Amino acid sequence: MSERASSPVGTAEPASGASPTATPTPTASPTERPGRGAALVHRLVVVRELGILAALLLLVVATVVANPRFLSGQNIRDLLISASILTVLAAGQTVVIITRNVDLSVGSTLGLSAYATGTLLVNGTPVPLAVLAGVAVGALCGLLNGVIVAVAKVPSLVVTLGTLYAIRGLDSLWASQSGRLQINAADLPSGFKAIAGARVLGVPVLFLVAVAVVVLVGHHLRSYRSGRELYGIGSDPDAARLSGIPVGRRVLAAFVVSGALAGLAGVMYAARFQTLDATAGTGQELFVVAAAVVGGVAIFGGSGSVYGAALGALLLTTIGAALPQLGLNPFWREAAVGALILAAIVLDRSLSLRLARRLRGRNLRGS
Amino acid sequence: MPGAAVLALEDVSKSFGAVAALRGARLELRAGEAHALVGENGAGKSTLVKILAGVHAPDAGRVLLDGQPVHLDGPAAARAAGIAVIYQEPTLFPDLSVAENIFMGRQPLGGGRRIDRKELHARCAALFERLGVRLDPERPARGLSIADQQMVEIAKALSFDARVLVMDEPTAALSGVEVERLFTVARALRDGGAAVLFISHRFEEVFDLCDRITVMRDGQWVATDDAADLTVDQVVRLMVGRDVSSLFPKQDVEPGEVVLSVRGLTRRGVFSDVSFDVRAGEIVALAGLVGAGRSEVVRAVFGVDAYDEGSVEVAGRPLRPGRPAAAMAAGVALVPEDRRQQGLVMELSVERNATLTRRWQLARGGLLSSRAERATAAEWSTKLQVKAGKLADPVSTLSGGNQQKVVLAKWLSTNPRVLIVDEPTRGIDVGTKAEVHRLLSQLAADGLAVVMVSSELPEVLGMADRVLVMHEGRLVDDIPRARADEGSVMLAATGQGRTTAVAP
Repeated sequence: MSERASSPVGTAEPASGASPTATPTPTASPTERPGRGAALVHRLVVVRELGILAALLLLVVATVVANPRFLSGQNIRDLLISASILTVLAAGQTVVIITRNVDLSVGSTLGLSAYATGTLLVNGTPVPLAVLAGVAVGALCGLLNGVIVAVAKVPSLVVTLGTLYAIRGLDSLWASQSGRLQINAADLPSGFKAIAGARVLGVPVLFLVAVAVVVLVGHHLRSYRSGRELYGIGSDPDAARLSGIPVGRRVLAAFVVSGALAGLAGVMYAARFQTLDATAGTGQELFVVAAAVVGGVAIFGGSGSVYGAALGALLLTTIGAALPQLGLNPFWREAAVGALILAAIVLDRSLSLRLARRLRGRNLRGS
Repeated sequence: MPGAAVLALEDVSKSFGAVAALRGARLELRAGEAHALVGENGAGKSTLVKILAGVHAPDAGRVLLDGQPVHLDGPAAARAAGIAVIYQEPTLFPDLSVAENIFMGRQPLGGGRRIDRKELHARCAALFERLGVRLDPERPARGLSIADQQMVEIAKALSFDARVLVMDEPTAALSGVEVERLFTVARALRDGGAAVLFISHRFEEVFDLCDRITVMRDGQWVATDDAADLTVDQVVRLMVGRDVSSLFPKQDVEPGEVVLSVRGLTRRGVFSDVSFDVRAGEIVALAGLVGAGRSEVVRAVFGVDAYDEGSVEVAGRPLRPGRPAAAMAAGVALVPEDRRQQGLVMELSVERNATLTRRWQLARGGLLSSRAERATAAEWSTKLQVKAGKLADPVSTLSGGNQQKVVLAKWLSTNPRVLIVDEPTRGIDVGTKAEVHRLLSQLAADGLAVVMVSSELPEVLGMADRVLVMHEGRLVDDIPRARADEGSVMLAATGQGRTTAVAP
């Protein structure tokens, strides 16, 4: 096992005479060297994320062997754009799952936001304003979820199951009342439609947006107090309360973030598909949760990262694109996703058992 | 010299539903004093702590900070007022690192309000150095032993530079060395002008550390006196309102057949080559320092954990490893160390908990009737004198001692031949402790073989027919009752005594 020497603190020797009976244990390492625990955990995360990358690589290689054109520039760009929308949703979902909650309403929120953005654009609203409005619609949906969960103390599974249908219903009602059941590409301003094809150095802008979201959210979760508090809440809600963490406010904020990102995903959906009706994003919610779980986000909260969730989203999207190339019926996609979730759970379990054994072995102390 | 009152409670009352936890409780903490709060379980000590911590708001009465009434409307408010609390049960985030646990919400910040991890770990290491703890600040809290968890809690409370430090039974899981370190720190805080409130059932510690003692009974204030003016007997009498008969009334019993036989039990890295026999009517204590592997051995015997080598026989028949159900069928019962996590389903009712081990026997045609559950539970709660409002109440509403009785009831109702109890009286008050001891003694007299893991030396010496001592995963001594005293057990437990393996 390699020793991590980068630790900033030296081994703390106890003050002389503090433990007169302490005797070194010859068998197991009696003291904890700073950095070792972190190294173990860090390695686990790396193994976890490398695992997804390896699966992704394997899939791509197999597909390329079957069909070398799979790696053509346009194909890759299409893949990245498809993955972008799922990635943005998964980033928001991760923030919520980390707090030991779940947001099942993201598919409906995406639909409502996409329709709202489309309608505004058709009515001549400037593109930046319409984009902001789409995000705001999502944030409002998230606020609704968050308020019910945090204030009424109802489990989020039930609350967001309710809003899943309520928001979709609102969307359908709006579409039928407005007399515009479908918004077509022809109705949308060309400035908006250009977003889907826009590239920077050959990379689709929508993908860059997703990367930016992941980096921002990931950085916040890792390096800010409020981000760490989200992990604390998911890890042990009672301990969080006793530590003086404003649990209700943080959970509410997590739902608003998830909603806003679902709103952003709705705008991206509108830009990509350009044909919008009230069914946009139907069924996405479970696919999003699947991406997060495959990416190593623990469904009971407290651990996981947006980077893992993003990799999960990329993997799931690639499966969808690769199966037809491999000559398999696209209906296999769902079975493959299911198998992947089960594999991820088994992997997580065995890794955490190994970690637990390692940590337990380090508990034997000299005194 | 103790100074002015920092924190005081005046005629505080608090009820939960129909149960009055506090009725006119009083407390005054002065700057620069260590103050003990003692009382039986259910006397309201923990409720009082939660009021100081801002978790509960009092129904009546006032909380005074520096003589001014305050409303502590949440844990954050109590912290802001300089009150740090170490709870009886550690409240850690298992997924986060030890350092993050300690500094949650107060992490040192660098540029752009980002957390400065280097500084975070350095501060944590400095705290650990002050406490003499050897823990890696960067490891996750998951998997820490209870003693280590408690040390993290203590480090957390220390990191506040609190004006008032409240310790609710912090020593229950600690070994002697660790307790001494904690007291050194507590004394330093006290000498620096902080007020320390110490809650414990261990009188030596109370008299060792504290200047004044407040006694509570049934949610009421009974007395506050200088420790120098009190004796242990007086305190006990104030606590229970009556004289407590002999604490450890083990009856002499002629041991019968060997019921439990353990041979060469080994779990790599945890314990190795553990062999012992227990006869019917015998109480055998497993003593040793925290982390010596005692709980791990009994967990392996019962089949909760797997083991790598060795065998376990009950009444001459081998027990399949790793199968608690097989152990139960063979007549082994395990009352675990951590009753909240492992002994009880906290959300379920008293009666459900008490009958969990017998749900198949009690069921008729596969259906479990609550009437059958209630009848059995009522029988056992009468036998063990469980104090509960209603048997249908969740077990979480009971005091620690009564919860332990429910765990005992749950296992005794299976009519075991071997009863393994792990820390049977941890966090239990004197009165209930004596009841538990009397009960164990009675059970042994009835022919039960009892294996008792205990960190309390007086309990071990008073109750056990034989004392098996473990040191660093090995059984190092087997001391009969006649030879067992504090010296011989402690010598063996610290690895200074006999080191040859014991032939059973």
